[in-house]
Amino acid sequence: MTKQTDTCDVLVAGGGMVGLTLALALRQAGLEVIAVDGEVPAAQLDPAYDGRASAIAFASWRMLKTLGVVERIGAHAEPIEEIVVSDGRPAGSSRRSGPSSLFLHFDRRELNPGPEGEALGYMVENRRMRLALAQQARETGLDLRAPDAVESHSVLPGQIRVQLRSGRVVQAGLLAAADGRDSRSRRAAGLRTAGWVHKQAALVVTVRAQRPHRGIAHEYFLPGGPFAILPLSDNRACVVWTDRAPTVGALLALKDGDFLAELKARFGDFLGDLTVEGPRFSYPLGVHVAEKLIAPGVALVGDAGHGVHPIAGQGLNMGLRDCAALAEVLVDAARLGQDLGATATLARYDRWRRFDNALLAWATEGFNTLFSNDWPLLRLARDLGMSAVSSIPPARRFFMKAAGGELGDLPLLLRGEALAL
Amino acid sequence: MNTASTLDPSEIAKFAKTAHAWWDEKGPFAPLHRLNPARLAYIRDRAAARFGPPASRRRPLEGLRVLDIGCGGGLVSEPLARLGARLTAIDAEGETLKIAEAHALAQGLSITYSQASAEDLAHKGLQFDLVIAMEIIEHTADVGAFLTAAAALTAPGGLLILSTINRTWMAKALAVHAAEHLLRWVPAGTHDPEKLVKPEEIAAPLRALGLEVDAPVGLSLDLGKGGFRLSADVRMNYLIAAERR
Repeated sequence: MTKQTDTCDVLVAGGGMVGLTLALALRQAGLEVIAVDGEVPAAQLDPAYDGRASAIAFASWRMLKTLGVVERIGAHAEPIEEIVVSDGRPAGSSRRSGPSSLFLHFDRRELNPGPEGEALGYMVENRRMRLALAQQARETGLDLRAPDAVESHSVLPGQIRVQLRSGRVVQAGLLAAADGRDSRSRRAAGLRTAGWVHKQAALVVTVRAQRPHRGIAHEYFLPGGPFAILPLSDNRACVVWTDRAPTVGALLALKDGDFLAELKARFGDFLGDLTVEGPRFSYPLGVHVAEKLIAPGVALVGDAGHGVHPIAGQGLNMGLRDCAALAEVLVDAARLGQDLGATATLARYDRWRRFDNALLAWATEGFNTLFSNDWPLLRLARDLGMSAVSSIPPARRFFMKAAGGELGDLPLLLRGEALAL
Repeated sequence: MNTASTLDPSEIAKFAKTAHAWWDEKGPFAPLHRLNPARLAYIRDRAAARFGPPASRRRPLEGLRVLDIGCGGGLVSEPLARLGARLTAIDAEGETLKIAEAHALAQGLSITYSQASAEDLAHKGLQFDLVIAMEIIEHTADVGAFLTAAAALTAPGGLLILSTINRTWMAKALAVHAAEHLLRWVPAGTHDPEKLVKPEEIAAPLRALGLEVDAPVGLSLDLGKGGFRLSADVRMNYLIAAERR
């Protein structure tokens, strides 16, 4: 039997949001790409597949615009005009629900004034993002093999030989592992991870509000964990309710009316009456960081390399920043005729991304520990800390820029510039 | 023509011992792997300046006849072949060439490797559009004879590019002593400090042979990025290009 062998510059394992973004970036630059994903393409687009929404930081947004994805998301993106972070407490305690008086307030007008100023970020339902990426992949003729998956790989001089489940063999310059937190390619490359699973879980649900949300995102710190209200298009909001895992389990099991009552007790009534739209989803939480983002012939991107607590909305953005950096490193290497999988090539990517990723992983972790606590002194300290940050404009702008992915040595794609060979 | 060999037997024996390690990025040739991006960028851009803007940015050296003198394991030959060059690569050490040949073959890269010296090829009257001699002149027995052969191998209208380590107290202290004994980046005895060559010792003979010689360009450690970058500082490693009219 003769085996079918295909060749390309980069084989992207995983056709999720990060994998497809990387594939589109490399292809736009002129590299030959094959992407493989384990599921039939339609599975990801089913409304029941992923109930989450993502806050796309403005630097990531520029890249998606450059790649033609923003145009396809269209009116399904909701600009985030303001972010209000406060120490909330559910009704029934000493105070009514909703934002507390001491809070951290970020306003995009402070960073980018005028009605045309760039938003702090954009809220997009993951399903809409997946749909837009899939459309753009199809329109640009991306070679996406699905359902198929990487079975094994072996590193040869100047190339990597990948055995697919379908029996096909792909010879590539690099295997980019975008195959999620349980990345098979990461394990096959012998890269270990550090991290742990949380006692907290996240409940995600979409609600429709009576009063306009005006693009304001709210994050309350409740004793059980952060509670986020994220503005969506069509005056809906995505609620990310982090709580102890058994509590989340109980909330999932509640009857619709009882659940709505529990939700309102935390949400508050500042947006008027609420109605729940669609099913409730729950996600386990954990933090992990790979020891290295590279091995000979292999680079990790997105959740394969790192996962964070969703508290600061940075998980997907970190993955998108990985895509921008890796694409630029590979395009530069291709223009020098270099072996794409060589350590000399990939070390730049590892150095570019590892510090940012590890720092964010542990910083958001510390943030969560600090805020998921009802000890009065800690509570006072964080209220004072938040109001201190809030009252110092440079500190406020720094946080906004950091959350927007605007700090450090920015890859070209994150500045909105296309890569080209 | 001076027929004295430019090959130095003791230098060749030194490289035979480490032939297997050329493609080990953590081995004795690690510094060369790290020098590569900056060297390759210089060669690519200098070739574009000489031969005109390339039709393809992926294969900017398409169609150029290129000779790599002292190719070692093929660290520079392979990228240049990927950039479209028609490569002839020579080295004096046979074990090294076997490694280089096998490594290129495994990737389907077409590179003509042969065990020869620069003057062997010059005697045959061969000429190339682009001749490169990376980190090799400091290992030759006779710098003048080597430059004469390299110039003869450069076709009229062609380009010759060399890179090496300067003979300064700083280079002796860092590129030779620290790299060999303190950092252990390269095996002890890799470089003989007294055989290092100053830019003017390359430029003057080439000018006398009728070539137009560029000002040398430095290669400096880029601590932030962990590699090397082109710079104005030629006290350590440097590149020098010359055009033959």
